[in-house]
Amino acid sequence: MGTASNPSNYTHCGYSHIGYVPCMATSAAVAALLPLPAATFHILLAVAHDERHGYAIIQDVAERTDGALRLSAATLYRSIQRMLEQGLLKETHERPAANLDDERRRYYRITPLGRAAARAEAHRLQELVRLARAQGILPAKA
Amino acid sequence: MRWLLHLYPTGFRREYGGAIAAEYRRRRAQADGIGLISLWIDTILDTVGNALLVHWDLLRQDLRQGIRHLLRTPLFAITAIGVIAIGIGANTAAFSLADIVFLRPLPFPTAGRLVTIWEREPSYSMTQPSPANYRDWRDMSHAFDAMGAYHTLSASLLGGGSPQQIAGIAVHGPLLDLFGVAPLIGHLPSASEVAQGAPVIVLSYSLWQDDFGSDRNVVGRAVTLEGAPYTVAGVMPRAFAFPDRSVRFWAPMQAAEAHDTERANSWFYVVARLKPGVTVPQARQEMNRVSTQLEHLYPQTDSGVTVMSLRDTYGVATEQRGGPLLLALCGAALCVLLISCANLASLLLVRAMMRRRELAVRAALGAGRDRLVRQLLTESLLLALAGGVAGVGLAFAAMPLLGQLVPSTLPLAQSSSIDVRVLAVAALLTVLTGVGFGVLPAIRAGGGSSFDGLRDGARGGGGRRARLRSILVMAEVAASVVLLVAAGLLLHALSRVRAVDPGFRQDQVMTFHTELPLYRYWRVSERAAFYRQVLDRIRATPGVQAAGYISSLPMKWGGGIWTVGIVPDTGFRHASLRFVTPGYFGAMRIQLQNGRTVADGDTRAAPFVAVVSASFAERFWPGRSPIGQHFNFAFADRTVVGVVHDVRVRGPERESEPQVYLPFQQVGDSSLISYAPADLAVRSTLPPTALVPLVRRIVRDADPLQAISDVASLQDVVDQQTVSRAVQVRVLAAFALVAVLLAGIGLYGLLAFAVSQRRQEMAIRMALGARSGQIVRMILGYGGALALGGVIPGALIGYAAGRGMNSLLAGVDAFDIPSFAAAMLLCAVMVLVGSLVPAWRATRVAPGSVMRAE
Repeated sequence: MGTASNPSNYTHCGYSHIGYVPCMATSAAVAALLPLPAATFHILLAVAHDERHGYAIIQDVAERTDGALRLSAATLYRSIQRMLEQGLLKETHERPAANLDDERRRYYRITPLGRAAARAEAHRLQELVRLARAQGILPAKA
Repeated sequence: MRWLLHLYPTGFRREYGGAIAAEYRRRRAQADGIGLISLWIDTILDTVGNALLVHWDLLRQDLRQGIRHLLRTPLFAITAIGVIAIGIGANTAAFSLADIVFLRPLPFPTAGRLVTIWEREPSYSMTQPSPANYRDWRDMSHAFDAMGAYHTLSASLLGGGSPQQIAGIAVHGPLLDLFGVAPLIGHLPSASEVAQGAPVIVLSYSLWQDDFGSDRNVVGRAVTLEGAPYTVAGVMPRAFAFPDRSVRFWAPMQAAEAHDTERANSWFYVVARLKPGVTVPQARQEMNRVSTQLEHLYPQTDSGVTVMSLRDTYGVATEQRGGPLLLALCGAALCVLLISCANLASLLLVRAMMRRRELAVRAALGAGRDRLVRQLLTESLLLALAGGVAGVGLAFAAMPLLGQLVPSTLPLAQSSSIDVRVLAVAALLTVLTGVGFGVLPAIRAGGGSSFDGLRDGARGGGGRRARLRSILVMAEVAASVVLLVAAGLLLHALSRVRAVDPGFRQDQVMTFHTELPLYRYWRVSERAAFYRQVLDRIRATPGVQAAGYISSLPMKWGGGIWTVGIVPDTGFRHASLRFVTPGYFGAMRIQLQNGRTVADGDTRAAPFVAVVSASFAERFWPGRSPIGQHFNFAFADRTVVGVVHDVRVRGPERESEPQVYLPFQQVGDSSLISYAPADLAVRSTLPPTALVPLVRRIVRDADPLQAISDVASLQDVVDQQTVSRAVQVRVLAAFALVAVLLAGIGLYGLLAFAVSQRRQEMAIRMALGARSGQIVRMILGYGGALALGGVIPGALIGYAAGRGMNSLLAGVDAFDIPSFAAAMLLCAVMVLVGSLVPAWRATRVAPGSVMRAE
């Protein structure tokens, strides 16, 4: 659907069901998204390596944070919808083996833009930690 | 809990509703007891919060999308915003005025309980009562918890800035306490101060501001009012104005009513406050009973009473001056709004058709119909919002001009403002315009979301849509014809009123007001010395042709109506009384028809004489010579020595009572002092810049303390009578022109679109040998047919509107041929201009290229 010549440098652009989306270089597109909402960042981490369905994402986030962040289904799907529109996620149509799959489940996968955004957000957080260390708010690295 | 999902937009619900519900079911299966309740609460809060965020996301998306679209079609955006701004601006301004005049309560806390009481005479339902009647009404009635009276004053005030003559109110009884308004600083005169006519004065906010520098320590300050020492008691708040905006002070005056037995001398105004729970009809009933008793006691002078609410009293004044006018204004504003809305709907329809392909692409890519409708609605609301803001800005800008339409007789301190309620109405109009006229195109566009739109040659708009747009344009033409006819009728009425012969010649006359302070000029001989000195010196100036004094110039004051004592009784016996000096009739060029005018020799030692108007002579001595006839007037028997042409005392539009002019010296000292000549008229060839300083110097030489006010040319005095008419014509004409412009834009838009849609047809016609002339005729014919469809109903409604405005038309017939002809002509020009460009474009269609594109 996009008119971009190099998919790694450009986010998707052209007409989508939400209307016309202008072309933008990836770095500019990423910069426009930062800082990422916490839920978005965690969802990106959850699908960083495997495609997952919604319930699996909720569980993954809960496990990764030791239960500190428990996404509700409503928050999850609202975030997913927005992330799909932003091009951070992609819905996949490749399904796992039939005995492992529920027909109604929908699977999501990270896009190159999503990966770039997650990386940029992690850098941003890292930079914040560095600043905090320099000010003595956090102990220096062991 | 499934119903909660309906809080989400349809698309989101369809997409994720199942997954969210499944997750909920999973958690519910694990919960029990308290856990279940907490799950419910959790789910409800979570759903509401997230649904709001999803909606907000969509709105932001739509807004971004909408703004991008509008920026890509700036001409459309500017036209649409301009069209809405004009409609909403006109209505906001018109309704602000109507609100002030008709809806807003009078600005007094007790306004609902205030009434005015008047004497009733056979020929007038509301005349001022005498002090004696006021005293008796107050003592004999029980319906009121307080009754006060006042009369108007014009007094010289020293102690603030320069000496000046200002308008004020002489207070009798607890008048100022009736309103429930506390002074801004100081106190209101106490009952005993009022009863004794104590020398205290209450200042209006504007007087305090202008002449006392808003000094907070002004209370207790000594001032000189009409040469007598007074003390400032207080200052009223800015919003207080009574009885109207011109009044700048209130002062108790020695209560004459206690001993006054002169019941024919009527010069009070009476205001009373109803006791709680008493209605106006009950008070009226009681006052009728009181009046019947008084009629038995004084059959000569008492003949009835009128009680009406204060609001209605002003309503009468509004009715006469501004009521029909404001209704006409609101009608005009509604017409403009209607045209704006029709235009907007038409524009949006075209736009929706133009975007069929884009919308079809989006539908094909999975956007639901509700999503598209929502997008289009957001866009039209965005347009409406921008138009609404611009419109309110327009209204603010127009208020100073429109403010002149608010009658100055209303007790409103500030002339006009746009308040929160009117802004709320504007916001409502904006939203209604946006939704109402955005929904239709949106639904129609959303409805046809099949793949038809993708086909390159698809023609936008079927027959039904074209018909709808034609009807909209016809409605616009009709509404503009109504406005054109109304404006034409009012313009004709204005020129007719301006053409009325006032009975005098207003060119080359300057007028001045020098009200002599009566504490120094209560003797006639002292006044005579002043007039003689001033008039002799003015007349001796080269370039001055005539000069004279009168009690009050025509059109400045309609009062001074007296009853004529004459035998035999002829029914209507009222006439207006004015005292004049020699030279007055010459200065005004009021034509002498018979006998002589007043002379220096008409003193108290000489026989008492009168100069009367032709209508006076005709009424009392029809067919006979009036010279030498006698009648009783203003406390004396007078002999007619001259007859002059009638003068329109009450302005060009109202019938005047017959006029009687008396020599200024033939009156007792201290008698009829408010009739002492105070208006000076000077006819000269000198320019005002030379004459005015000269007259000022002459008056100062005669009396250094004498103030001069109201310096104006006689032409201005006369024009003042038609100011509201002139403003009204200007406003309606502006509305009409805006309407024509909008209708022209609407017609142009429709034809331009029709031509672009029918390029194929044109191309075929031209390929088959049609000449450009035929094509032009076809387009013009289409435009003309549309116009005709609007003009006919427009003319009929215009005629009905004209009949409704009858009271504004000064006798111009509602079916006024020139007005209708002018409206039709303007409409024809509009159609021609609106059709020419599309017609020209139609002839430029190159058959080859169009056919190839197909």
